[in-house]
Amino acid sequence: MIRVIVGKELRALFVSPLAWFLLALMQVALTWVFLGRLDAYLHVQPQLQQIANPPGFTEIIVTPVFAMAALILLMIVPLLTMRLLAEERKNRTLILLMSAPISISEIVIGKFLSHMLFIAGVIIFIVILSTTLSMGGTLDSGLLISNVSGLFLVTCCFVALGLYISSLTTQPAIAALGTLGILLCFWVLDMLESDQGSWIHYFSLLKHFKQFNSGLLDSFSIAYLVLFTLFFIVLTIRHLDGDRLHR
Amino acid sequence: MTDHSASSFTLSAQHLSRAYSGTFAVHDVTLQLKQGEVLGLLGPNSAGKSTTMHMLTGNLAPNSGKIEICGIDLLDNPESAKAHLGYLPEIPPLYMDMTVDEFLVFVAQLHRIDKKIIVQAVERCKKKCGLTERGNQLIGTLSKGLQQRVGIAQAVIHEPDVIILDEPTVGLDPNQIREMRQLIRTLGLSSSIILSTHILSEVESLCDRVLIMNKGHIVFDQTLAQLQKKGTNLETVFTELTQI
Repeated sequence: MIRVIVGKELRALFVSPLAWFLLALMQVALTWVFLGRLDAYLHVQPQLQQIANPPGFTEIIVTPVFAMAALILLMIVPLLTMRLLAEERKNRTLILLMSAPISISEIVIGKFLSHMLFIAGVIIFIVILSTTLSMGGTLDSGLLISNVSGLFLVTCCFVALGLYISSLTTQPAIAALGTLGILLCFWVLDMLESDQGSWIHYFSLLKHFKQFNSGLLDSFSIAYLVLFTLFFIVLTIRHLDGDRLHR
Repeated sequence: MTDHSASSFTLSAQHLSRAYSGTFAVHDVTLQLKQGEVLGLLGPNSAGKSTTMHMLTGNLAPNSGKIEICGIDLLDNPESAKAHLGYLPEIPPLYMDMTVDEFLVFVAQLHRIDKKIIVQAVERCKKKCGLTERGNQLIGTLSKGLQQRVGIAQAVIHEPDVIILDEPTVGLDPNQIREMRQLIRTLGLSSSIILSTHILSEVESLCDRVLIMNKGHIVFDQTLAQLQKKGTNLETVFTELTQI
């Protein structure tokens, strides 16, 4: 049953020009960054060779592309997730799903997965972009894998939060703005406290993403991002269920 | 009526109550639907009809009471109970950016119709609802009457035992109303139907039994045959009971 919802949502994404436009925009922006870094790397390459333990091109070119991708997705995901539940409510189609023999969890998980599939596509494009470098040298596959998993997990958080905010309102625009605002807060939460050991740093999404970005697969960061995602998915299910109970 | 065993009814709701912030919208409503019966649900606006229908279709949980559809408890076992149910809300739940075919296939999948027979089911359903030539049209471009038919098609594609229709003829022109009634009559041959409406003549021409709600209570529950025997007409009864 989850597959039915995933299929329907993916279809809805691709019949609207928004998804295509965002995909194109993302690709242009990332390729721009990629080429810019490649250019910079070629300039400093002679100097790098004189250092004892020089950073590889994966570190200089691929890592910033992923950092940029995370930032762009932070802004794009709210636009994609805004309609997930808000529009169903606005068009009174949520009632169709609620009266069908399908559980609320299946609806919510289906919607979540559909967007994660879409974003997985975006990530695959970045990986393809990175692997073109292997024509001129060996790619640091460990660093690439750590970046891919970091970007995937952090976008899981974005989508889960977007889904929850979308379940709270009937206006897609408000859902988009709300999600963007809250995501930005979580992103830069670590700025609040200059002390590195402060507890606030544990909540910052950027802080955790940076670990992956630098090639560190920290189990605490993985756990935090997974829990963040699960928390908002469960909250969405609870909220929709609560609608039925006390409206 | 409540003494019958639940299994002889396709739908049985016992002592349903639902309060919104302290005031009861529906209070102690008991209703039962026999196989093949068409039940007219009447009542002034805000009498609790829509709330009742929302509860019967699992969109709203009752504060107290029990609902069984084909003997399956809706609250304990919502997924298997809802499989026997087709629902057309007041505003038909349609995705305007889908074509009629795409939408009906999606609904068929939602209702777990076997993959192999989905195409047949969609064709049969379109034929029944007079949508055969509209398969490739976007729902958003259809007229109100046709959209209403897609709404009905959505509710009957899985051939449910119980069909619940909330004001299906609102906003249609006289020809469309006649066609819609004809369609409801055909559906009534194979399923039990609850029909909510404001049009008294519609109840007289379509329904076997009539139920009048007022202020959250059921104030009248008789078959039309009983009513005719007494020689009273529906309009007098309705005005008497609801105009207080």
